[in-house]
Amino acid sequence: MKRPLPSSVFLERRSYRRRRMMDAVRLLPIFAALLFMLPLFWPTAPDTPEVPVSMSTAVIYVFLVWLMLICAAYGLWSILWSARPVDVPDPDDSDDGEVA
Amino acid sequence: MGKHVLLVEDETNIIEAIRFLLSREGWQVDTHSDGATAVEAVRAVQPDLLMLDYMLPGKSGMEILKELRADPAFTKMPILMLTARGQSRDRDEAERAGVSRFMTKPFSNVEVLTAVRDLVQLAR
Amino acid sequence: MTSVNQLVAVSLAYVAFLFAIAFFAERAAARGQGGWLRSPWVYTLSLSIYCTAWTFYGAVGYAARSGMEFVTIYLGPTLVMLGWWWILRKLVRIGRAQRATSIADLISARYGKSNLLAIVVTLMAVVGVTPYIALQLQSVTLSLGAFAGPSDTGALTNPASAFWVAGGLALFTVLFGTRKLDANERHSGVVMAIAVEAVVKLVALIAVGVFVVWGIAGGVQPMLAKIDASPIGTWQIDKSRWVALTALSAVAFLCLPRMFQVLVVENDDERHLQIAAWAFPVYLMLMSLFVVPIAVVGLDILPAGSNPDLFVLTIPLAEGRAGLAGLSFLGGFSSATSMVIVATLALATMVSNHVVMPVWLNAQGREGALVSGDVRNVVLLARRASILMILGLGYLYYRFSGGGAALAAIGLISFTGVAQFLPALLGGIFWRGASRWGALAGLIIGFVVWIYASLLPSFGPDAAMSARLLAEGPWGVGWLRPQALFGIEGLDPTVHAVVWSLTLNTFAFIIGSLVTFPTPLERLQGAQFVNVFELSGQPREWHAAMATSEDLMIMAQRILGADEARKLFREEADRQGIAGHLPEPSQAFLQRLERELAGSVGAATAHAMISQLVGGASVSVEDLMAVADESAQILEYSSQLEAKSAELTRTAGQLRTANDKLTALSVQKDAFLSQISHELRTPMTSIRSFSEILRDTEGMGQVEKTKYASIIHGEAIRLTRLLDDLLDLSVLENGQVNLNVETGRLEDVLEKAVITAQASGSGALAIKRRRLNEAVSLSTDLDRLAQVFINLMTNADKYCDAEHPQLDVSVENRDGAVCVVFFDNGTPIATSERDLIFEKFARIDGTPGAGAGLGLAICREIMTRLGGDIVLDPTQDGNRFVVILPAQAALAAQ
Repeated sequence: MKRPLPSSVFLERRSYRRRRMMDAVRLLPIFAALLFMLPLFWPTAPDTPEVPVSMSTAVIYVFLVWLMLICAAYGLWSILWSARPVDVPDPDDSDDGEVA
Repeated sequence: MGKHVLLVEDETNIIEAIRFLLSREGWQVDTHSDGATAVEAVRAVQPDLLMLDYMLPGKSGMEILKELRADPAFTKMPILMLTARGQSRDRDEAERAGVSRFMTKPFSNVEVLTAVRDLVQLAR
Repeated sequence: MTSVNQLVAVSLAYVAFLFAIAFFAERAAARGQGGWLRSPWVYTLSLSIYCTAWTFYGAVGYAARSGMEFVTIYLGPTLVMLGWWWILRKLVRIGRAQRATSIADLISARYGKSNLLAIVVTLMAVVGVTPYIALQLQSVTLSLGAFAGPSDTGALTNPASAFWVAGGLALFTVLFGTRKLDANERHSGVVMAIAVEAVVKLVALIAVGVFVVWGIAGGVQPMLAKIDASPIGTWQIDKSRWVALTALSAVAFLCLPRMFQVLVVENDDERHLQIAAWAFPVYLMLMSLFVVPIAVVGLDILPAGSNPDLFVLTIPLAEGRAGLAGLSFLGGFSSATSMVIVATLALATMVSNHVVMPVWLNAQGREGALVSGDVRNVVLLARRASILMILGLGYLYYRFSGGGAALAAIGLISFTGVAQFLPALLGGIFWRGASRWGALAGLIIGFVVWIYASLLPSFGPDAAMSARLLAEGPWGVGWLRPQALFGIEGLDPTVHAVVWSLTLNTFAFIIGSLVTFPTPLERLQGAQFVNVFELSGQPREWHAAMATSEDLMIMAQRILGADEARKLFREEADRQGIAGHLPEPSQAFLQRLERELAGSVGAATAHAMISQLVGGASVSVEDLMAVADESAQILEYSSQLEAKSAELTRTAGQLRTANDKLTALSVQKDAFLSQISHELRTPMTSIRSFSEILRDTEGMGQVEKTKYASIIHGEAIRLTRLLDDLLDLSVLENGQVNLNVETGRLEDVLEKAVITAQASGSGALAIKRRRLNEAVSLSTDLDRLAQVFINLMTNADKYCDAEHPQLDVSVENRDGAVCVVFFDNGTPIATSERDLIFEKFARIDGTPGAGAGLGLAICREIMTRLGGDIVLDPTQDGNRFVVILPAQAALAAQ
C-alpha cells in the first residue's frame, strides 16, 4: 500500500494493538505458571525406569524459561509504554486494563 | 315626547360636550356623575336612552349595566356605553351583558348623535 | 582469617553508611529534592526485602538438601509480579485510594473499618512474623560464628551478639521509621537504605557465585558437569511440594506485612509497578542463579557435616578469600537487617494503629478525640514502643527456641501463617459479597489450623506438643492428628498445613460471608474496593452539620501537627471559597480529613475519631456500626427521599410563587395599560368633541367659543402633565435618574415648595409651619425633595375637604431619622385604601380631580431613590403623610 492510511484508521490500529498487548500481559502469568509446572511431568529417579533428567538440564530449563518470561514481560511493557496515549498524561485516570 | 337621555359620566368636560351636542338636537339631557347611585337615578329618571361611562367612581359602568339588565323593567332600554379603556375584552363583556352599543372614546360627535338617534328609533 | 572484631567493625561502618544514606535521603525528600528517591528502580530494589537472610544463606542449604525445590520460593513472587495486572494493580490502587497503612488497615477498611478485624490481623501478623525476625537474628549470629572458627563458636553464637544486633536494628528502625508521623506513611530514608542493601546482597551473592563457577569449578561446562556428578545431580522433586511451595510463596509475597509495606504503602507511582513487573523477576533470577553451583561446590569441597546453610560464607573462607567472605557476610547482614527493619516497621504500624491507639482513645473516654495535647506524640511513642516490643519478641523467641534446626523451618511456617490473610484480602478486592464475619471466621479458623498443624508441631515432638498427640491425635482421636487431619496421611507436613489451613479458611470465609449480612458501611467499602477502577470514591457520608470546624481543627492538629493541619484547613477553605482558616465541615472535607488521619493512625481509628466529633461525643466504633445497620440505611434512604420530596415541594412552591408573581405582573400590566389608555383618552375625548363643536357649529357666540377653546386648552395641559408624570415615573422606576446632590437647608426647600404649591393651588389651604425645627441642613437632591413636598401640598390643597382646609408642616426626629410631617385636617383616607394610595393611578373613589393618580407614586419613587421613604401614618382625624429623609442626608446635617 503506497498511500498513507487515514489517521483515524491508524489510531484505531494502535488502540487495537494496545488491547491485544494487554491481553498478552494478562495471559503471561498463566503461561508462566504452566511452564514452571512442566517439570512435574519429568520422570523422577525412583519411580521410573527411564533415564532421569539431569540436574544441569533442570537448572538450564528453569533459568531459560525464567529469562524468556522476563524478556516477554519487558517486551510487552516497552511496547505498551511507547504506545501509551500521548494525550493522557495522568496514568491514574487510565481505565481498566490500560497501561499508561 | 321620548327624547330623554340620562348621561352617567364623571368628567365634567365630557358632560358639557355631550349636553351641548344632544340638547342642540332637541334631547333632554340629565346627568349623574356617581356610579354608586346611578341605578337609582335611572329608576327615577326612566330615560329613553342611557349613556353610561365605563369608569365611574363608586361602581363601574359594567356593574351598573349588569344590574339594570337583570331588572325586567330595563331589559329593553337602549344603553350606549362609552369607555376610554379601549380594551376589546371590555367590549366583549359588555356585549354579553346586553349593551345596545359600545363606543370607545374619543368619539366623533356625529357618531354619538347617529348612535343615539338609531338606538332610540330602534327601541320604538 | 578475618577476626570477628574486624568483621564487627566493618558491620558497624556499614551500618553507619546506611544511616548516612537514610539520613540524606530523608533530608532530600524533606527538601523536595527526592525525585530520584521515587524512581521505579528504588521501588524494585525495595521489593528485594522479600529475599531475607533465610533466602540468602538458606537457599544454598535448601538446594544442598533438596535440589531445585528452593527455586519455588522465587518462582511464586515471579508469577505474582508477571501477573501484576490481575492482583497487584488493584491492590496498589486500593491501597493508595484508601491510604492503607498496613495490610491490617486495608482488611479492616474493606470490612467496614472494623477494628476487631484489624486487631485479629495484627495479632496473626505478629505471631506469624516474630519467629521470622528471630530467624534473621539467628542468621546474623550464625554467620558471625562461621568466622570465629570452631574454638570460640559457643561464645559467638551466644545470645549476646543477637541482642546487640536486635538493639541496633531497633535503633535504626525507630530513628528512620518514626521520625515523623507522615500523612501517607512513607519512609524515604528507610526505603533508600534497603534499596542499597538490596544491591549489596545481590552483588555479594553474585560475587560468590562467580568465584565458585569460574574460580573453583573452572567455567560453565565443568560446573554443569560437576552439578550432574553431585549428590543432587538428578531431577528429584516432591511434586506436591513443588506446586504448594510455588503457590505458598506467591501468596506470602502478597500477604507478608513487610511486602505490603513496600509494594503498596511505599508505592509512589502506580506505573512503577509495571516496571517492577519485569525488573523484580530479574532480581529474583539473579539471586537464585548461583545457588545450585554454590551448593554443589560446597558439598564437594567442604568436609562432610558442614552446615550447608553457611556455604555462601564458608566456601570463600575455606578458599582463603577473606574479602569475599566479608562481602558475603555483608550481603547476609543486609538481607537480615533490611527484612527486620521493614517487617518491624510494618508490624509496629499495625500494633500502634490497631491495638495501642484504640486502647488509648478508649482510655481517654468520651472526650477522647478532643482532649488537649498532641496525639502525634502518643502515636509516635506507640510506634516506638511497638518496634521495641516486636524486636524484643523476636529476640526472646530466638533465645527460647534455642536456635538450631527448629528455626530453619520457620520460614515456610511463617509464610503459611501470613498466607491466611489471602482469602480475606482477595475476597475483599474481588467479591462484593465478602463480609466481616466471613473474613473473621476464615482468618481465625485458618490461624487455628496453622498453629495446630504447622507451628506447634514444628518445634518437634515433645516440645510444644507431646509425641503421643502427634502420633495419635488429641484424646486418641485419629482424624485430629495435627499432621494428618481428617485421616489424610502421607502428605508432606508443609503441604498438609498449607492445604488444610487455606482450604478451611476459604470455606469459613465463603460460608460466613454467604450467611451473614454485611453492614451498609461494609457494603459501601466493598463496592469501593471491588470497583476501585470504576469509582472515584464517595465513602460513607458523615452528618456534617454536627461537627464544628474548630473541633475538627483541634483534633487534626493533634494528629497531623499544627502546621500540617492548618495548611490542610486553609486549602480546604480556599477551595470552598471561604475567607479565613476554617472551612465548612462539608461531607467532602470530612472524608478528606478522615483519609488524611487514616494515613497517620489507620482507617478504623480515624473513622472512630471523626465519628466521636461528628456523631456526638458518645459514638464509638461499635456504636457507629450499630447505627449503620440495615434499618438505619433504610431510614437514611427514606430520609433522603423525604428530603428530596421536600425539595421538590419547595421548588414547586417557588415555581407557583413565581408564576403567581408573573400573573400578577401581567394583570398589573393590563391594568396599567387600561389606566394609561383611560387617562389619555379622557382629555382627548373632550378635546376632540369640543374641537368638532367649534368646527361644525355655525353662529357660535364669542363667549361660548372662548369657553370651549379654554376647555380644550385645559385638557391639553392636563395631557401634557400626564405625559410628563409618566415619563418622570418611568425614569425614576428604571433608576435612570441622575440625582443632583446639593447641600442646602430644609427650611429653604420647604419655603420654595410652599411658594410653588400656593401659586398653582386654590389658595384656600392654610399652610402652618414651625420654622424653628426646620433649621436642618441637608445633602441630597434638593429639587427632587421639593417636588415631593410640592406634591403633598397640592394634594392637600386638592383633596382636603375640611371647611377651613389646613396643613401642618412639622419636622420630627423619629428613630434617629429626620422626618417632615404633612398633617392635614381633611377626611382620613379609609384604612382599606391606605395601602393603595402610593400605587400608580390610585385615586380615592369619590374624589373628583384632574390628577391621574401618579403624584404619590412619583413621591414614593423619589424618596426611595434618595434613600428615604414616605408613609401615611394611621390617624383618626386628617391625614399624616410622613417624609422620612435619607439617613446620610440627616446625619450630614448634624
